[in-house]
Order: sequence, then C-alpha cells, then structure tokens
Amino acid sequence: MTREFEFERPIVELEKRLKDLQALSEDGQIDLSREIQAIADKIALMKAEIFKSLEPWQYAQIARHIDRPSTLDYLKILCGDSFVELHGDRLFGDDAAMVAGFGRIGPHAVAVIGHQKGHDTDENLFRNFGMPHPEGYRKAMRVMRLAERFKKPIVIFIDTPGAFPGIGAEERGQSEAIARNLADMSRLGVPILCFVIGEGGSGGALAVGIGDRVFMLEYSIYSVISAEGCAAILWKDASRAKDAARALRLRATDLLEFGIIDQILPEPVGGAHRDPAATAATIRATILEHLAALLPLSADELLARRYAKFRAMGRYKVQDDAEIPA
Amino acid sequence: MGWFDRFTGGRKPPDPSDLWKKCPKCSEILLQKDLERNLFLCGKCDHHLRMPVWDRIALLTDDNSFLEIDQEMESVDALGFVDSAPYPERLQKAIQATDSFEAVTCGEAHLEGLPILLAVMNFEFMGGSMGSVVGEKVTRLIERGLEKRHPVICVSASGGARMQEGIFSLMQMAKTSAAIARLNAAAVPYISILTDPTTGGVSASFASLGDVNIAEPDALIGFAGPRVIEQTIRQKLPDGFQKSEFLLQHGMVDMVVHRRHLKTTLGRLLHLWA
Repeated sequence: MTREFEFERPIVELEKRLKDLQALSEDGQIDLSREIQAIADKIALMKAEIFKSLEPWQYAQIARHIDRPSTLDYLKILCGDSFVELHGDRLFGDDAAMVAGFGRIGPHAVAVIGHQKGHDTDENLFRNFGMPHPEGYRKAMRVMRLAERFKKPIVIFIDTPGAFPGIGAEERGQSEAIARNLADMSRLGVPILCFVIGEGGSGGALAVGIGDRVFMLEYSIYSVISAEGCAAILWKDASRAKDAARALRLRATDLLEFGIIDQILPEPVGGAHRDPAATAATIRATILEHLAALLPLSADELLARRYAKFRAMGRYKVQDDAEIPA
Repeated sequence: MGWFDRFTGGRKPPDPSDLWKKCPKCSEILLQKDLERNLFLCGKCDHHLRMPVWDRIALLTDDNSFLEIDQEMESVDALGFVDSAPYPERLQKAIQATDSFEAVTCGEAHLEGLPILLAVMNFEFMGGSMGSVVGEKVTRLIERGLEKRHPVICVSASGGARMQEGIFSLMQMAKTSAAIARLNAAAVPYISILTDPTTGGVSASFASLGDVNIAEPDALIGFAGPRVIEQTIRQKLPDGFQKSEFLLQHGMVDMVVHRRHLKTTLGRLLHLWA
C-alpha cells in the first residue's frame, strides 16, 4: 500500500468509503452505482484540486516520497534486460549512491547514470540515502568518458538530497570531484539529457547535471540548498523549512520560468509513485524526441550550444542599466 | 556610492572598533595599523588573518598595474527573497560596509612583469557568497584570459553559494567551471589560491580546478562546513580537519604558501610556463 501524505487524507477517506460501497454493491442487494459514481467523481475532483494548490513544501515532500520511483526503477522499465551496470571509480571504491552503466532505450544504446535512493531503511542505508561520496561522482565521470569514446549519448537521472558531508568525503576531495565533473561534462562530445526525477539537491545534483537538455518531473524540486538547510542558516530555525521552500523557488515551474530547465514532464495525479510505468513512458518519449534532435549535431556544435546554455544563466545589472535577464 | 568615490575619498572615517583586531588563533590584540603594514599576519603567531581585497591586489600585482573591470556590475533580487530581512536590504548593507558592489573584484594586472587576469573574493561581502554577479564576473575574467591568452588567477574566500539567489547561484558553479574547461583546452594557465575560508559552491567549482591549487596556511577549505559534518555524522572532527595542511596531505592542493612568498611563487611558476 502506498503511504499517503497529510494533505491526501481527505482523498484516502473517500477512497475507503468508495471501496466499502463497492463491496456492498457487489453483494447485489442494493444498487449503489449512482452513489459510487458520485464519490468517484468527487475523488477525481478533489485530487485535481488538492494537487493543483500544493505548497512548495508539499512538492518537496512528494519529491522525497519513499515510494517515488528511483533511477533503477526507471531503468528497469526503460532498459529492461539490456541494462548492464558498471561499478567503481578505479581510484578508491564503488559508491552505491550512484549507479552507472549502459543500456538500450528504444533504438539507442545509451550510457545511463543516476543517484540511487532506497525504498526502505535498509536499502537507504546501503545507498547512503542517495548522497554520493567523491567516488560516486568519479564513477559517473568514468562511465561518461566511456560513452564519449564509444559515441553513445548519456541519460542522467538526478535524485539526491546532496553530496554527502562526511570525513571520508572531504578527505577524498568532494569539492574536487564535483568541480571536475562540472568542467568535464561541459566538454563531452556526445548528447547529454538530464532528468530531475526527485530531489535536485545542490552541488551534489549539479555534479551530474550539465546536460544539453535538463528536464524536471512535475513534482520534483531543484535548489541550491535544502529548505531545511536554508531555514537553519537564514532563519536560524530548521522548522521554518516551509518558508524557506517558498523563498527558494525550487519547483519545476519556477525553474522553467527562470530559464534553467527546458521542459516540465507531467506526472500522474498524485505523483510518479502512483503510476511509475506512465511516468517512465513520458520519460522515454522525451528521450527519443530529444535524441533525434541532438544526435545529428557535430561534437563542436553540441559543445558550443551547451556552453552558451549555462553561460546565459544568471541575473544581474550593470549600474543604471536594465536588469539582464537569464 | 559610485565607483569613482572609492578612489576619491568616499571612505568613511574609521570606527574606533576598526582600530584593532584580535588574532583568532592566539588572541593577541593587533593594531589595524600594524596589520596593514604586516600583510595582515599576526605579529605574535604569524597567523594569516583575512586580507582586505585591495591589500591583496597590492600584494600580488606590480605597482599600479591593476585595472579593475566590471566593477559596476550589481546583484538583483531575481527571486524576491525575504528571510529575516529582504535581500536588497542585505545587499545595500554589504555594499556600504565593504565599499564595493559585490563579493569579487576583478581586473587586469601584471605580476613580475607578466600580464595576468586576477579575481579577488571578499569574505566581508555577505560571506563571499557566489551569486549571479560573482559567477558572471569570474566567467568574464576567464573568457578574457582565454581571448588574450593571459594566465588567470583567482583568490577565493567564500562560504559558498548565495542562498538568496537560489538556483541562479547554483548555476554559477556550472558556468565558471565550463569557462575553466575552455581555458584548459586552450592551454592557458589557471591558478587557484584558496584562502580562509573557501567552502561550498566556490570550493566545489572554480576554486578546486586550478592547474595549480595554492592554499594559504591554516585556511579552512572544504565542501561541507565543519558544523554540517558534525551534525550529520554526530562525531567530533579530528584536529586540523579541512585545514590547508590537511588538504596538502590528501593531495587536494599543490602547496601551502606563506603570504610573504605568494607573489614570488606565482611569478616562478608563470615564468616557467610562459
């Protein structure tokens, strides 16, 4: 059973009543079809209403839902048996918080890379809650370089609270690992498609986020710092996370407005976890459409466009001038 | 205040509390006058205190060779960000307190006779945080270095990305790093100087990407701040963790260089590569 949110409670109540009525109706004693239809309509309406008016903070909750489809969930649907996972950065170790490999999506053999979270506590401990160490970023880069050598496009799934803040991570150069990826991804001569599927947590997300196209699922978030972290620093009170989530403008609609992402991919009502297959189908169609547009481009053309894309990000003014938009 | 005032006596008279500082290492009371004469080194324990931008520029460049560029670029409040104070208010305060428009000062200069491009960050300006302006100015400087084929030197001092500019701040990491990648491809030297403190988004972008990374002694350098790490792992951090010498030991910087030898070290390297 899917775990529900506070704001979904009214829907869950109604769904329970609907089930009860359906059970009664199946006994055949009384005809409840009109009542059942009425409740079903009400549920649909309520779902649409509730999910239309969600607060940014509630988006963050959906983005982090423990049942939200992860990178490997999507890979299972998109690549099936063709997926071959590769391990290790060849320098220190293998990071379970980042998965990488090759697989087939439609007619294309592609490199696939993504943060990996778990669906329960054990799995999350193994995956370090999707927070990579430097070796995770270096593994990702190693596989991306393989992709470039074999001229395969790269598909990336972003879903992390952030790069892990720990002693080992610092000793092995978390900063360098992230920075190196940012620089090197900007020079990879094959198409890169990035999908923010859950949490786009700061530098830890961006470190695999330099794409020719960057997409966000409707209920995913992407921000410079977590709402909790921001609240703790600026409000000196982590419980003000709701306010911070609003202030940070971390929803897909915000990022599209700012010109940071290219497109928002709609999710099933209630979020991707309500129908992973439908969400995967949307992702697949997007991959096929954009690879068709990018594959004909030369490496030089790709790099020039990718540079220009990120080069244009930022808003500032030169004294007494109008604001220069992103 | 216009940029011109900064050169023509727009400066406020010093506050009495500006006349002395306490050494954060040994607690010695240090007169501002002595600090200025002594490269902001503690006269007792030689601790490297944070160095003001214009003193840093004077330290690293040949006399009167520095020509500031992009000095009029200013931040805007793209998000309409309000925490305990609105972002524009915080910016105004920082501008008044530091006599500069942003957390980085960039320019063309000469170093031991060689033309260079220099960026110096100012921790006093909102913690040296990187928003759109810092990212744009650093990127423009790197692009100018690429165009002229002059070495680029960045002196970092930053707590990381500027939260008040949200996702725009994050993207400055991508922008500056991509610019450095172009510099690398064109074999134009880029040297990163890491000073106290360099953490977060600056550390995880241009500050860590030097062909040569040089740290000042005893500077705090890392990705995550020590408090965040302690809260996450619920463990006390070892002595010297995330200090320059720790980074040298772990292979993250090429050398730890005393402030007095910084310019000659840069000069030797750049002359070898010229």
